[in-house]
Order: sequence, then C-alpha cells, then structure tokens
Amino acid sequence: MSSLTAVHGLWAVAADPVERIPAPHIEYAQLAPTLIVVGAAILAVLVEAFVPRTSRYYVQVFLSVAALASAFAAVVALAAGGYGSTKAHIAAMGAIAVDGPALFLQGVIILAAAVSVFTFAERRLDPAAHGNRVDSFAAQAASVPGSDSERAAVKAGFTTTEVFPLALFAVAGMLIFPAANDLLTLFVALEVFSLPLYLLCAVARRQRLMSQEAAVKYFLLGAFSSAFLLFGIALVYGYAGSVSYARIADVVDGTVTSVDPALAGTMGNDALLLIGGALILMGLLFKVGAVPFHMWTPDVYQGAPTPVTGFMAAATKVAAFGALLRLLYVVLPGLRWDWRPVMWGVAIVTMLAGAVIAVTQTDVKRLLAYSSIAHAGFILAGVIATSEEGVSSVLFYLLAYSFVTIGAFAVVTLVRDAGGEATHLSKWAGLGRRSPLTAAVFAVFLLAFAGIPLTSGFSGKFAVFKAAAEGGAGALVVVGVISSAIAAFFYIRVIVLMFFSEPKADGPTVTVPSPLTMTAIAVGVAVTVVLGVAPQYFLDLAGQASTFAR
Amino acid sequence: MENLIALLVAAPLLGAAVLLCGGRRLDKAGHWLGTLLAGASFAVGLALFADMLGRDADDRLMTQHLFSWIPVEGFQADLAFHLDQLSMTFVLLISGVGTLIHMYSIGYMEHDERRRRFFGYLNLFLAAMLLLVLADNYLLLYVGWEGVGLASYLLIGFWQHKPSAATAAKKAFLVNRVGDMGLSIAIMLMFTTFGTFAFGPVLGAADETSEGRLTAIGLMLLLAACGKSAQVPLQSWLGDAMEGPTPVSALIHAATMVTAGVYLIVRSGAIFNGAPDAQLATVVVGAVTLLFGAIVGCAKDDIKKALAGSTMSQIGYMVLAAGLGPIGYVFAIMHLVTHGFFKAGLFLGAGSVMHGMNDEVDMRKYGALRKHMPVTFVTFGLGYLAIIGFPGLSGFFSKDKIIEAAFAKGGTEGWILGGAALLGAGITAFYMTRVMVLTFFGEKRWQPDADGHAPHPHESPRSMTVPMVLLAFGSVFAGGFFSIGDRFLGWLEPVTGYTHGHPPVSALTVTLATMVVLATGVAIAWAMYGRRPVPVTAPRGSLLTRAARRDLFQDDFNHVVLVRGGEHLTRSLVYVDHTLVDGVVNGTAASVGGLSGRLRKLQNGYARSYAVSMFGGTAILIAATLLMRAV
Repeated sequence: MSSLTAVHGLWAVAADPVERIPAPHIEYAQLAPTLIVVGAAILAVLVEAFVPRTSRYYVQVFLSVAALASAFAAVVALAAGGYGSTKAHIAAMGAIAVDGPALFLQGVIILAAAVSVFTFAERRLDPAAHGNRVDSFAAQAASVPGSDSERAAVKAGFTTTEVFPLALFAVAGMLIFPAANDLLTLFVALEVFSLPLYLLCAVARRQRLMSQEAAVKYFLLGAFSSAFLLFGIALVYGYAGSVSYARIADVVDGTVTSVDPALAGTMGNDALLLIGGALILMGLLFKVGAVPFHMWTPDVYQGAPTPVTGFMAAATKVAAFGALLRLLYVVLPGLRWDWRPVMWGVAIVTMLAGAVIAVTQTDVKRLLAYSSIAHAGFILAGVIATSEEGVSSVLFYLLAYSFVTIGAFAVVTLVRDAGGEATHLSKWAGLGRRSPLTAAVFAVFLLAFAGIPLTSGFSGKFAVFKAAAEGGAGALVVVGVISSAIAAFFYIRVIVLMFFSEPKADGPTVTVPSPLTMTAIAVGVAVTVVLGVAPQYFLDLAGQASTFAR
Repeated sequence: MENLIALLVAAPLLGAAVLLCGGRRLDKAGHWLGTLLAGASFAVGLALFADMLGRDADDRLMTQHLFSWIPVEGFQADLAFHLDQLSMTFVLLISGVGTLIHMYSIGYMEHDERRRRFFGYLNLFLAAMLLLVLADNYLLLYVGWEGVGLASYLLIGFWQHKPSAATAAKKAFLVNRVGDMGLSIAIMLMFTTFGTFAFGPVLGAADETSEGRLTAIGLMLLLAACGKSAQVPLQSWLGDAMEGPTPVSALIHAATMVTAGVYLIVRSGAIFNGAPDAQLATVVVGAVTLLFGAIVGCAKDDIKKALAGSTMSQIGYMVLAAGLGPIGYVFAIMHLVTHGFFKAGLFLGAGSVMHGMNDEVDMRKYGALRKHMPVTFVTFGLGYLAIIGFPGLSGFFSKDKIIEAAFAKGGTEGWILGGAALLGAGITAFYMTRVMVLTFFGEKRWQPDADGHAPHPHESPRSMTVPMVLLAFGSVFAGGFFSIGDRFLGWLEPVTGYTHGHPPVSALTVTLATMVVLATGVAIAWAMYGRRPVPVTAPRGSLLTRAARRDLFQDDFNHVVLVRGGEHLTRSLVYVDHTLVDGVVNGTAASVGGLSGRLRKLQNGYARSYAVSMFGGTAILIAATLLMRAV
C-alpha cells in the first residue's frame, strides 16, 4: 500500500501543471545601442540584396554612419540617465550589464568604429580603375587573385560594399562583449565580432594573397582559442553550476553552499575553477594580443586591409579588455591571489617582448602590430591594479589608444607607391621633407605611442602606471618604464627616419585623401592632443564610470 | 609711513625700467631722470629716518607686506620689507652715496654715448641693493643679492669693447657664483632647519637649534659673504673689477655692494652667536683678508687697484669685527658707514685725477698734482687722513674700536687678531701715504702719451667736485659724530645687541699703540717715496713686492688648482662618459637589438607554430595558476 501511495504521489507530481516558463523581461531601451547597430547591420544585408549596385556604396556609408551616430546618442542618453552610476544594473535576465564601464567602452567602440567607417569609405587613394572609384577592398572577394573573374569584376566596377554590414555586425558583437554578464553571452559576443573580422581581413584590394593568408591564420588561431575558451566555460560551469557571473562569484566567495545534485561530483572543485578560469583568461588574452598568444597579431595586422587593421587594433582591444576587466573584477575577485601573479607574468612578458621585437621590424604595419602588443602589456598593468583607479586608468588608456591607432593606420594608407601602400620603413625615409604635414601628423601619433608628455599616450600611461604602483605592482611599473624606453627607441627612429634622412629618388608619394580620411586623422590628432593637454575631464569621466554592476 | 618703504626700491627700479626700455629718446634726459629717482629714494629714506627717530628705541621696526610671493603650503615667502635701524643705516648709505655718485657720473660719463644705459644700470643696482637690505626674509634677500651681482657684472663690463673689461666682468660673475651657491645652500639649510625663511622666526629660533646646524648655516653664509665682499679665498675678482667706470668702483666696489657680506653676517648675528666655529672662521677670514688686501695695496701702481686692495683690507676689518660677535657688530657697521664715505670719496678723487690725466691710472706717471687739482687734492687728502685713522677723523674712531674689540676677544686669539688688526693699520698708513705722495706730491712725472698728447691736468667740473666735497665732510665728521656720546651704539644696539669687551690692556694703550704704528707707516712711506725721486717705470722690487704685484699669486693659485683641476675633471668625465656611459648605453642597445633579432625568428609565419605557442602558453598559464594555489 505504501508503495501505491508512493506511486500515486509520483503521479500527483507529474500531474501538476507544467511550471510556466516566464517570458523573459528585456529592457529594450537600455540595450538600445546594441540593438540599433544589430538592426542596422541586418538592414545593411538587405541593402546588399535589394539596392542597385551603383548606389549601394552611398546607402551603406550613410546607414553605417547614421546607425553608429544613433547608437552613440543612445549611449550618451543612457549615461545621462544615470545608468552608468546610480541606476547601473544587470539587464536582460542577467545576461547583459548596463553600468559605467560597459557604457564608457561602448561609447569608445562606437566612436572608434565611426572613425574607422570613414577610412573604410575612402575611395580616392588608388587611381580609378576603368572609370570607377575604388576603395581599399577587393572588387569581388570571392574571385581568385589574378584570375579572369577578378579582372572582370574590376572592369565591371564591382566593390565589396559588404564590408559595411560586416563591420556593423562586428561592432554589435564588440558592444555586447564588455557588457556580457554570463559566460555564454560572452562566448556568443566573441563569435559575433570575430567572424566578420576574419572576413574583413581577407578582402584587401592589393596583395590579396597576403590578405587571404592573414584571414585564414586569424580564423584558425581564433577558432583554436575559442575552443579553449569554451572548454574553460564548461569547466567553470562544472565548478559553479551556473554560467552567470554573479552566481559564479558567489560560489567562489563561498556564499552559495547549496549543491546542485546533478553536479555533486564537480561543484566546488577548485581545480576546475582554476583550470577553467585560466582557459577563459587565455581566450581573452588572445583577443587583446598578449604574449604568448600574440603571434597572430603581426601577420594579421600586416595582411589585413589597412583600414580594417586600424579598426581591429582599436575596437577589438577595447572590447576584449572590457570583457577581461569584467571577468577579473566581477567573477574572479575572490581568486585575486591566484590570478594576479599569473597576470603579472603575462604583463611583463607582453611589455618586454612587444617592445624588444619591435626594435628590428622593417614594416610599418608590423611595427605598429608589435607596438600594440607592448601597449596591451601596459594596459594589463592597469588591469592588475585591482582597484577603481585601475579600472578608470584602463578605460582612459583605451580611449586614448584607440584614436591614436586608427589615426596612425589612416596615415599609413596615404603613403603609397605603384604597388599600393608603401609600408616598408626604408621607403619612409625623408618623408618629412616631401610631405611635412603628413610626417608631422604621424610623428604626433608616434610620440603619443611613446608616451611623450602633452600627448594622450603620456596621460594614459601615467594613469595606468600610477594605478599599478598604488596597487602594489611597483616592479611591474619598473618593467613598464623600461619597456617604454625600449619602445621609445623605435618610435623615435621612425621620426628620425622621416625628418633627418635624405628622401629616396623612387620613394612613395603621399596621396591627398578625401575629407573622409582627413576627418579620421584630424579626429585622431585632436583626441591625442586634447587628452594630452587637458586630460582631467576625461579622467574624471573614466573615474565616474569605473564601478561594475554586480 | 610704513607704506613708503616700497618706494625706496620702486623709485630706482622704475628708473632702471624706463632707462633701459626707453630707447634713444631718453638719451638727452636719461641721466637726470636716473639721478632724480636716486635722489627721490634718498628723500624717502630721510623721511622714514626722521619718523624712526621720533619713535622709542624698542618700537623702531617698520614692516610692509606687499603680497605673498610664493604661497605654497609649507613653503611661504612674502614680498615684504623689514626696516629696522640696521636696514635704515644701509638705506641712507646706499641711497645717499648712490645719489652723490649719480651726480658725479653726470660729469664723468659726459662723453660716453651709452650714458643712458649706464644710469639705467646704476638705478638697477640701487633697486637691487635696497631690496637686499630691506628684505624681510632670506629668499627675498637672495633676489637682491643676485640683482646686485647682475648690476655689478653689467657695470664692470660696461666698456665691453675692451676685452679686459669683458673678462673682468666674467671673472667677477664666476667667482661670485661660488659665494651665491653658499647663500643658496644656507637658505636651503634654513628651510630644512626652521621651515621658513623669514628673519623673525629664523633668528628667533636660532637659540633652540643644534650648534652643528648653526655652524653649517653660518659657514655657508660666510662663503656667501666672502664672494660678495671679496674676502679670502674669493677675493680675486675685486682687483679686476676696477675695469669698470670709476663711479662704479666707488659706489659698488667700495662703498656699498662689497659690504653686503658684512650686512649678511651682522643680520644673521643670532646664527653666528650660536656657532663659535663659524665665528672663528669669520675672524680668520677677516684677519687674513685685511693683511692680504693691505699687502697687495702696497705694491700696486695702478691707483684704482691700490684702492681696491685697500677696500678688501678695510672690509677685512669689518668681517673681523662681525666675527667677534656682539662686541663687534656695531663697530663693523660703523666702520662700514665711515668707510663708505671716505672710500667713495677716495675713488671719486681717483676718478677726478684720471679725468684730468687722459685716463692714466699709473701713479708713477702722476706727481705734483696738488697744484693743478686743488679741490681733488683737499678732498682726497681728507679721505686719506680718514682712512689711515688720523685722530679725530672718521676712520680713527671706527677702526680703533675694531682693534680694541679684537684685543678684547681675549686669550691668544685676542692677541693674534689684535696684532693683525694693528699691523694692518700700519700697512694701511704706508700704502695710503704712498698713494697720496705718488699722486699729489713730488715732481711731475707725466709725459706725452704714444700719440703725443701731453696731459693737461685740470680740476674736474662742478658736478664731480660737489659730491667729492660732500663725501669729504662725511669722511671728516661722521666718525666723531657717531662716537661721541655713543650715538651709533645706542642706535644699533637694539638690533644687533652689544657686549662691552675688555681688552687685556687699556683702551688708551691700544689707541696709543695704533698711533705709533700709524706714524711708523707714514714715516716709512714718506722716506721711500717722498724723499727720493720716484722712477717712472717700476723697479723690479723685492720678492714680496713682486708677489704682491701679482696679487700674492691669487690668480696663479686659482689657475693651477681650480682651472687646471676643473679641466682635468671635465676631461676625465668626458672620458668616462664616452667609454663607460656610452659603452653601457650602446651595449644595452646592441643586446636589445640582438635579442630582438633572435626573438623575431620565432615569428616564422606558420600557423601551426603559432598554435603551438598558444598551446604552450595556455599550459604554462594553467600550471602557474595551479602552482599559485599550491604555494
């Protein structure tokens, strides 16, 4: 009888009405920046399908710029509405954070993307082919380099206007990445912005083979790192029984003691947490280009179309550091004593290796790639500070760095000879005599990279090192300063080369670009100088935006 | 009244600004403007003096606070003035003698086309010197100190077309820098010791400060004083400074600026009182210099250089007195004032002689000028009597007191110092008599110069003689006026303090001994130069004479020890820089480059090896994380 009762009981349980899945509550307004960009990207795909080829370029440029402008307006509105400070919280059922760091970085990403779109849209650098204006991208990415179909595509005046929707999708992913508040969202965002970038790398008009090689390498290594990341997520889920940042943090802190029976064998197993955490870290360090996960950077930066390189170098770094900060400050603060020494090592190796290897580079794009590795190391020093000053200094550094980077790569697109961009440094000799303005602008960017006072690079580096030193990482700062000294050598060497060497007879010429690239460069110079001369307002802004919602 | 203090400095400063910036338009009237503003400063000084006399002796300090100059938390310096009896004495001396010398310069510089600039510099000097003595803190004093150094440099090198003048200016500047460094170190020490620069707190807290600190500060102040006041070992610049126009020698390098060191020591009396070792160094410097200057003065044939040696020697007396502490401060300042009168008068007399003698400075080519320049002769003669300490004249009172105070120091020290001071008095009598005799007595020895222009000695214009006459009055009466009834003592004592010293022998004995020594000096000089014809070209002379002509080898010493030593030091530093420093730098660069070359080979372009790097990196990352936990 008793068994009968038990059976009946089972039936009774089963007969209970199925628990209703509540409709997810999504705060659409607070996700507006991302939604606008995603919507525009989808619209842009439709534009590719339905708008005639001749007017696609104009529609795409307009659409991209308008979408980014509205998204930026949405970010500003959210920030003004207090979502960066008092109203900061986790939206979309715990998936996405709307808080100071997220909004600040989203703003930076959108601005960097907007300036990059200007360089994407530049069509005056190469001479017109068959009466058609051409940009930096292949006429038809699918055609085999050197084949008849490529020639036909060029003759027909095809252009790869798909770069605009691709860029918008990438931006959408990047906007989610630093705001992602659970590991799955993090992974999805990573893939959403990585896949378009792989494609963008492959579509250079000149040196297409190199471009395709870069894209394949980036894709292979990116997929490889994604696998590590995903495995790390699985392990951490095994440890915490959840992918939510808040939940994992609670388990790490020991505030959650109830054990999910399905995970009884793994939950609370620190080995899983440590290994999983390290794997997730690795995935993010790959994206920021930290040593020893940096090796894709020089090849990809060199092979990708230069406007894409600028976009990638700036925006990807911002997004990836945002995600790294959130992971370390929200999910793993309880593990600070485990990850800090490891990150110390990564930062030191990254700073030194980036600076040292850059010394012997002869290609300006590779030089900037190694420089970006060294800068990743400097930013890591700020990340390690584990304080609000650390967060705000990293935010400021990213703002400063992204505009210098885009500006510098934009200048690289201008220096051309018969084979397209003349990126070999020997060709830059004496550029200051021929084109003093261009060389001077590039010198400003190089000085900013080197961290010379009155440029944004100095303010940023100072903020990061100060935060690191106050956070007890004095030795790291010493290494950082030594690396800066080494780095200053190769930056200044380029300046010396431009201004104090005799120009070569068959040297490159500096093309006069359209107002689009000029705007990109001018914005870069303006931000560099303003952040160098009067950084306080932006430092304050970054300071106000340095608290994570939990 | 107190609000007028700033005017003392402002008037000449305005003059300097207008004259130096005004351009050629002011060429015609510039010298009048400069003189007028110097006179205005003197008039303000007199008004303030009258006001001060009307107050009680304890209530004579006037201050004026203009603004906070360096308002930094924990580092405060004000632009504020401090006018007490000591400053007042200097204000009257500087602006009074300064005005007379401005007047004199109108005539003396009449034919110089850069006269406006000259007056601009003179005004600048007055402003800086007044700032020096009026400052209420050491930092502001330092501004004035550097200001007079600048003015001195500009005026010594005023005739910059002469290489000797340019070199002399540079020499004065460089030697003074050594002293200035002493002052700046002293100020830094004061800041670390007292946390402030203002006279009141610094001097007030000196009692409670360790002797070591006070000695360090005192020695640095002494170094500063040595530089500005041309005391051994920083004396070498003063002789060369005579390359400047004679009014400059009279004002800056005799009456006022060179006495700034004495002011500094007396002003910082509280510090020296607590530092016997620094005081000992001070008296040694004073005693050595008073003999050094006197010996050099004996051998010089250049009238201005002889007087320069004398200046050095007389300031030696003042430094000696200042080093004696409260028994000597008042007499140091009293001698400073009387010396200001008679030495300025002597220099103006020398200038007047040169004016009449085609700018000849060699006394061996003078002689018998008393008939041609009666006013110059009389005023110079009165100055001469005053400086040798002829009874009743200014120098008699002030110098006698110093000799007495030196003996009163007591013990062996007292005998040595007193003896040196006494001996100095004898030598002073000798060399001043020599100057007097060579210039105004004996046969006329002047001859046509190389161009065939025979000099026509004549009396100088009124603008030059009037100041000389006025200064002669001071030379004659100032000492007596100050001493009778201890007027000067009563005036200064509230500021500097005073202890009456008791010499081991009676004061009368000291005075009599001084008289004997003095008479001996005069007699020897007369025997050597008055009774025998003076050769126009200098004889070879004894070893001591030759040494003294070479300023007792001061320049040779400096050259061998400092210049050569400095050259060797810089050469070895350059060597170290080239080999060691550059070696390290280039070596570092080469090794970084080499490392870079090797590391870049890792970047071989194969995605597979990149993946291996990532894999290995991840393994290390995990291992390190686990290791951190295990540790």
